[in-house]
Amino acid sequence: MNRFDYVRPSSVSEAVAAGAEPGSAFLAAGTNLLDLMKGGIARPTRLVDVGRIPGLDAIETLPDGGVRIGALVRNADLAYHQEFARRFPMVAEALLSGASAQLRNAATTGGNLLQRTRCPYFYDTASACNKREPGAGCDALAGENRQHAVLGWSEACIATNPSDFAVPLAALDAVVEIEGRGGRREVPLTDFHRLPGDTPQIETVLAPGELIVAVRLSADAAAFAGHARYLKVRERTSYAFAVVSAAAALRIADGRIEAARLALGGVALKPWRAREAEAALAGASPGFESFQEAAALALAEARPSGDNAYKIELARRVIARALTLAAAGTPERLPALPGSPFASGGSLHD
Amino acid sequence: MNVPLKAIGQPVSRVDGPDKVQGHARYAAEFDQPDLMHAAMVLSTIPSGTITAIETKAARSAPGVHAVITHENAPRLPYAPMAKRPQVDAQGGDQLKVFQDPTIRFNGQPVAVVVAETLEQAVHAADLVRVSYEHADGHTTFDRARGRAPSRGNEKAGRPADTEIGDADAALKSAAVSIDANYVQAREHHNAIEPHATIAAWDGDHLTLHDKTQWPDNDRDEIAHVFGIKKENIHVVSPFVGGAFGSALRTWPHVTVAALAARVVQRPVRLELTRRQCYTSIGFRPHTEQRVALGAAADGTLTAIVQEAFGQTATYEEYAETTLDPARNTYACPNVRTRYRLIEMNTNSPCPMRSPGVATGMLALETAMDELAVALRMDPLELRLKNYADRDQHKNLPWSSKELRACYRVAAERFGWSERTPEPRSMRRNGHLIGYGMATAVYPSHRAKASAAATLLRDGTALIRTAGSDMGPGTYTSMTQVAAETLGLPVERVRIELGDTDMPYAPVHGGSITMASVGTAVQAACQALLDDLAGVVKASPDPRLAAFKAGTPEWRDGGLAGPGGVISFAELMEGLGFDRITAEGQSAPGNESKTHSSAAFGAVFAEVEVDPDFGTVRVPRIVGAYDIGRVVNPKTARSQCVGGMVQGVGMALLEQAEWDERFGRPMNGNLAEYVVPVCADIRSLDVTFVPGEDTIFNPLGVKGVAELGLSGVSAAIGNAVYHATGRRVREFPILPERLLMG
Ligand SMILES: Cc1cc2nc3c(=O)[nH]c(=O)nc-3n(C[C@H](O)[C@H](O)[C@H](O)COP(=O)(O)OP(=O)(O)OC[C@H]3O[C@@H](n4cnc5c(N)ncnc54)[C@H](O)[C@@H]3O)c2cc1C
Ligand code: SF4
Repeated sequence: MNRFDYVRPSSVSEAVAAGAEPGSAFLAAGTNLLDLMKGGIARPTRLVDVGRIPGLDAIETLPDGGVRIGALVRNADLAYHQEFARRFPMVAEALLSGASAQLRNAATTGGNLLQRTRCPYFYDTASACNKREPGAGCDALAGENRQHAVLGWSEACIATNPSDFAVPLAALDAVVEIEGRGGRREVPLTDFHRLPGDTPQIETVLAPGELIVAVRLSADAAAFAGHARYLKVRERTSYAFAVVSAAAALRIADGRIEAARLALGGVALKPWRAREAEAALAGASPGFESFQEAAALALAEARPSGDNAYKIELARRVIARALTLAAAGTPERLPALPGSPFASGGSLHD
Repeated sequence: MNVPLKAIGQPVSRVDGPDKVQGHARYAAEFDQPDLMHAAMVLSTIPSGTITAIETKAARSAPGVHAVITHENAPRLPYAPMAKRPQVDAQGGDQLKVFQDPTIRFNGQPVAVVVAETLEQAVHAADLVRVSYEHADGHTTFDRARGRAPSRGNEKAGRPADTEIGDADAALKSAAVSIDANYVQAREHHNAIEPHATIAAWDGDHLTLHDKTQWPDNDRDEIAHVFGIKKENIHVVSPFVGGAFGSALRTWPHVTVAALAARVVQRPVRLELTRRQCYTSIGFRPHTEQRVALGAAADGTLTAIVQEAFGQTATYEEYAETTLDPARNTYACPNVRTRYRLIEMNTNSPCPMRSPGVATGMLALETAMDELAVALRMDPLELRLKNYADRDQHKNLPWSSKELRACYRVAAERFGWSERTPEPRSMRRNGHLIGYGMATAVYPSHRAKASAAATLLRDGTALIRTAGSDMGPGTYTSMTQVAAETLGLPVERVRIELGDTDMPYAPVHGGSITMASVGTAVQAACQALLDDLAGVVKASPDPRLAAFKAGTPEWRDGGLAGPGGVISFAELMEGLGFDRITAEGQSAPGNESKTHSSAAFGAVFAEVEVDPDFGTVRVPRIVGAYDIGRVVNPKTARSQCVGGMVQGVGMALLEQAEWDERFGRPMNGNLAEYVVPVCADIRSLDVTFVPGEDTIFNPLGVKGVAELGLSGVSAAIGNAVYHATGRRVREFPILPERLLMG
């Protein structure tokens, strides 16, 4: 833990100016950042508390039928927003499958997208970690890595992105609204997080001082509401990060898949959009065969980064199940244990 | 006064419950002190070597810092040897001596402590300490080839290297049916909700310790030896413990660190371990690998048991477990051989964790019994009944009581065991594979010397005091009941005080011995109080008491019964002109441990639900029936069994330290990544106590319950997973990937 200053800007422009100062970090609910500071992993010299900036906590329906989610909207408030959950059920399901009720009540939209990896070597300051200390090496590579990435990893970093929320957002082509000193810009969520390459310390496309102000979903995304599920396999039934998860959404007409959306969580350093699989599903008839083919395509490039070959097979099965569940139709109400394989029935093909 | 006839046996709610939920119960770290300072430890980051330099300048000049203590400037501590190491300590080697030399024995060893005005200042300064090391070869892998026999101290403490009756290997060879398999149980951590914490305050050469401990008297003893001072100069206060599961049985190095720091800065010091530090600064359940080979006649009669265990231990001291106890006396078998080996590793020392040794041994033995039942094509329950042990064959003694048959019957009935179809993968529901499994539960019952004081106050209420601890099972409540029943008072009129070395001596609050030991001492103290009171009444010239002198006194309804009715305690005290009257009571094990063997027993049945695609396992039901002797409080006793079942789910499916062999360090040292069961993992837990009283074992008729609750649970779950899937996972926890790829 280090000494730090604390400022509380009252507007976005003030926040952006303060955030651009070297050593600054934005503080939203702090459920991730404060843990990292207590552990000595994050050492900002100045906290810019954006948590009380007015106007960032609204869920607005846009004229074109899309929705705009303010960066400070709490995860729980979004998941329990009836209209939102009706139109984007798999986003609500993903949110409610994450963390615990207490954390979801605090955690914000922006903070969730920017939460850091759970790689244990990242958290352990005695270990070498390229993300924490560029060039130091990656102790996970030959270490305890059963939970690490199977897609998009590099020798420099094999960590995964832990967010559940980001997975359906990636599938549904969400757009991130960003404000910096140069003004406002927009980035598709699928381009927001970066793969590690040689610079795993650079995790997103945000420039220093840039603030997420909102996340948008279009009316198109809502067209998948009838067949959309989030499925999350985790080590225990609740309150655990995903081993593998999938957000699967279909538009079905006349017994054919018109369009499909598919993204995976827990497999890469970013929410993993599976576009080849989506393309293969378009025009196919919904069924186990086409789902398995899609699953195979989605994992075609996968390779274990360590003790985690099982995740590749598991991911295939999770995709097939998620698509099967989506094809069966979004449930009227969210299951009691959202995202859980146990709440959604077991294998339908064994 | 309307007094319930019996206090013992009633489901009395926790007497300390209201204080706990309202925040009035104070835990070790919560005793505010004037001028309190805060300490933060710096831990080693290598498993083996020597400190070559330790740079503390930046830390010393950081704001608020009063001292940075390392091996270079720490006062030399006498660490006077104890005549006999307490049974909660490792029985071989030497305890870790803090800041006395530059040697690094394990990763996470305290190498410095910073004392500052605020916790934040201390943590910040601790971050500024730079340590350089010279690495030395160490052992961070669990390598069976390095296994060695336990030393004499452990042999004597009931952890023998080798035992044999008959000729087990020959019997195994000639057995009609046999199995031979290896089992692995992961290193587990206690993860009690309250982190370990100590507040140390010196007043001259007197030391007060507010500490998280399951044994205040021993805390005092050990610290007295460390500092070479008289134990009478140390006062340990520990009224409440926020769970421990064995982690607070012994006195850990950080307690010395706190006391040392307080002496250096001459102010009270508070030291609380972080969650991550709890993975290396206290103990854990050691990683253990076992081989079990069983031989049987075609009808299931056991002819051979071979069980061999390899347990992880530290390099500087030798902790060993009773892992092989169950192999020797759980089943009747003429040929039994056990072999126990220790593997020294550069790790903090392991220590007892709920059902120490026994839970580990039972995990292997009861899984092997299931494998044998499969090989025999026999019902697993029938196999156990066939080999029922009517005596403790190892000690060649009768049991002081054993209602295990009733446990099997009751649990099987409540579970619906008869509906099980024996073929693996033969039961399904809602797309999931369903499995039923069962196991025996056992834990030996012991007693230790204990004492208590009972005081009757002028208002007719009673106060009971004993130095023992209540780490959460409900000792405050059950002792209240024992006292209330003995005195003939309602429980509301009895108050208990615990956890203070100023009170009468009590043994360790562990090994499920508290009720049989401290409970009987409380009973004895209350009885002594009544005897004293009767004596005083007899001698009293007060004419109002004349009617109460004849014959043996009858204490009931909150007072003394006489021809004209009952004279209440308050009236008695008034009549006698007493403010208070106190008596002490003692209890100690008697001859019964020579004539009988004592244990608590149970039968556990589990249902699992497995997702065939993902290998994820859930446990919809666990049913257990237990013989714990007389049940003092069915509510708190049930909680113990329920807690054991939950921990058993963790042991079977979730919990493991992710040990990096390169560094000798558990990597998942926090509650997000070290996965224990959460509410959503737990569904129906059904607990029944079968009737029984063990008055041979002790006058209260009780046995132990806490350890028993975990015994056998994880094997029952693993056996159910086999039944559901047809896959035998022998490495615990049964992670989804082990089922998927196994
Ligand atoms: C025990 C535990 C279990 C969890 N389990 C899960 C889980 O299963 N699934 C899951 O998805 N999550 C899980 N989480 C993570 C949780 O969802 C995140 O901690 C939370 O969403 C972070 O939100 P916050 O508002 O607290 O962010 P903060 O901690 O305040 O900030 C996080 C990061 O985002 C930055 N930031 C915040 N807001 C903005 C903004 N508007 N613009 C730019 N930068 C910003 C901060 O600078 C910081 O770097 C878990 C967390 C814990 C502690
Ligand atoms: S995987 Fe990435 S986060 Fe983990 S240690 Fe390696 S570089 Fe650091």
